[in-house]
Amino acid sequence: MSRSSTTTRPINPHDYLEIDTLLDDEERLVRDTVRQWVRDRVLPEIGHWFEEGYLPMELAPELGKLGLLGMHLEGYGCPGASAVAYGLTCLELEAGDSGLRSLVSVQGSLAMFAIHNWGSEEQRQRWLPRMAAGEALGCFGLTEPDAGSDPGAMRTRARRDGDDWVINGTKMWITNGSVADVAVVWAQTDDGIRGFLVEKGAKGFTTPDIKHKISLRASITSELVLEDVRVPADAMFPDVRGLRGPLSCLNEARYGIVWGAVGAGRACYESALEYAKTRIAFGKPIGGTQIQQQKLAEMALEVNRGMLVALQIGRLKDAGTVRPEHVSMGKFGNVRGALEIARSARTVLGGNGITLEYPVIRHMNNLESVYTYEGTHDVHALVIGGAVTGIQAFR
Amino acid sequence: MKIAVCVKEVPDPTAEKRIDPDTKRLVRSGENTLNRYDRHAIEEAVRLREGAAPGAEIAVVLVAPASASRTVDKALAQGGDRSVHLADDGLSGSDIVATSRALAAVLARDSYDLIVFGQQGSDAECYVMASAVAERLARPCVTQVAALALDGSSLKVKRQVETGYETLEVSLPAVISVSDAINEPRYPSLPAIMGAKRKPHEVLSLADVGLAAGDVGVDGSRTHVSALSKPPTRGDSVKLEDDGTAAEKILAFLVERKVVA
Ligand SMILES: Cc1cc2nc3c(=O)[nH]c(=O)nc-3n(C[C@H](O)[C@H](O)[C@H](O)COP(=O)(O)OP(=O)(O)OC[C@H]3O[C@@H](n4cnc5c(N)ncnc54)[C@H](O)[C@@H]3O)c2cc1C
Repeated sequence: MSRSSTTTRPINPHDYLEIDTLLDDEERLVRDTVRQWVRDRVLPEIGHWFEEGYLPMELAPELGKLGLLGMHLEGYGCPGASAVAYGLTCLELEAGDSGLRSLVSVQGSLAMFAIHNWGSEEQRQRWLPRMAAGEALGCFGLTEPDAGSDPGAMRTRARRDGDDWVINGTKMWITNGSVADVAVVWAQTDDGIRGFLVEKGAKGFTTPDIKHKISLRASITSELVLEDVRVPADAMFPDVRGLRGPLSCLNEARYGIVWGAVGAGRACYESALEYAKTRIAFGKPIGGTQIQQQKLAEMALEVNRGMLVALQIGRLKDAGTVRPEHVSMGKFGNVRGALEIARSARTVLGGNGITLEYPVIRHMNNLESVYTYEGTHDVHALVIGGAVTGIQAFR
Repeated sequence: MKIAVCVKEVPDPTAEKRIDPDTKRLVRSGENTLNRYDRHAIEEAVRLREGAAPGAEIAVVLVAPASASRTVDKALAQGGDRSVHLADDGLSGSDIVATSRALAAVLARDSYDLIVFGQQGSDAECYVMASAVAERLARPCVTQVAALALDGSSLKVKRQVETGYETLEVSLPAVISVSDAINEPRYPSLPAIMGAKRKPHEVLSLADVGLAAGDVGVDGSRTHVSALSKPPTRGDSVKLEDDGTAAEKILAFLVERKVVA
């Protein structure tokens, strides 16, 4: 064993600002474990899954065993981790692929969070332990063909019939739709927007997959078609009315994206860095040219900046003082930053940048979805703009 | 059943290893982590505990600087029940002779039925710590264990040797080192990670285990590194850029050396 008396450490290209020193032992251990799992189980196959357009659902019970599904929830088989630990997990998962992080976000932050926060005791007991174990999957149906950024315009309707509810309508762009055992479906009622749990196989309920995606291919995206789907009274969330229900869930999932985007960006930066150091052109590594160094410097800055933004929002969340407007700023800045990194990294890799042999173009394409879902980039700009001016521009 | 798993903190294997030219020691001031070979030792202990009578316990034992808390947590998240950590500035510079003395002194404080090591440290790659500690504790020792089964008060083991496997029986208490082929260590689960800090941690000084400063560290060591040099580059190596003919060239190379006919 030896001890060193130096007070500064050499620059670590993978943690330029030594942000690791802001994390505690447990947070780092969670991060390291997820990173290792992604390295072992996801990275060797993900290019292939992306090309084939699927994500093996055997991953769900593995994620359950690791304790990562609904990890920030408490009780019902969920470990109750901190917001920062959850964020770091999203970062590492998305450094693998945005589709993988989407699976975990939708399961934990949309479907499980909705049931945990708004469900009845019976609904929680029935679904959460199995969902935490990855034995049951959930999806979250809010968006419709004609109502995306403006979910209040939804047309899906639930009508009372005796003790039952009868639901009609179509949900669009629903992650995990066709593989979910339970769908959280938001619908208009005479009493405002209410949430319902619709189970796989319910009569009149079909989930055609959306094909021909060029982005987020390692993720299943479906329509939810509801034609006179009859559910019992106790399938409805008992207390929540209006958009407050779905929006509370989206805020949770967006929080994960604030971190996840940094992971996608980091993966692209690391790929470009490695490539720039080893690719020889005109007799020297391209990383020794000023133009490529400028690109790498911008990428390194963006990864570190995104990480600090995510960490601050995470600390606010753990302190219970985070606001949706904070999360909007994180999503706005970090997804844009990641997309810029990805596009720039793509150029560093030259021709290799357009193949699935390298992760970059996969992340670049994925990030187009991330830019749009969970509140489009524009909508988050409007949220921030509204917060700083006090004038709401989009309503 | 009382099991001790001895673990080591090593420099992060993904970082480049560096030798300090002044001290001629491996630089350990960067990121450190749990020696990956020790994960197999912990996993095997966990499997033994799962099959043993209730009350079986796994102590994670290490000699490492006080800063090694994350390595300790990692080992506990992997399945240890408690940690025993000898952390003393006087240990700095210990070689195998001195470190095995320190480890044996820690282990002698408890009556372990089985002491498990990983096959090697990923930093110094010496492969001998298990044997050295067994010698000091006067316990039977089997290294490179590739499979094991508990049979009453003895252990049936398959030992990996160059020509195949040896099947041996060793009576407890004993010391073993396990090969990295013995199992596939599980990933620590999030609840296990969150629980690691709450498990009992015992931190000991040299005095606590009855050792004096001169027993360990540079003074207690028997080896002294006088010089270090890189291995000579191999002059007979050929580097090929594949322009489509690499396979043919490799074949010709092998035929020329009569490796293949
Ligand atoms: C891969 C993928 C997975 C998804 N998964 C889910 C899911 O699991 N569950 C779910 O419910 N939804 C999901 N979505 C839907 C996603 O949330 C919506 O696509 C998103 O909210 C945008 O809605 P839209 O596509 O209808 O676009 P629109 O709302 O029609 O927006 C079109 C354009 O208009 C802009 N715009 C809209 N309103 C304004 C305004 N007031 N001022 C200025 N500009 C405006 C937008 O920024 C955008 O540029 C997913 C989407 C994708 C692509």
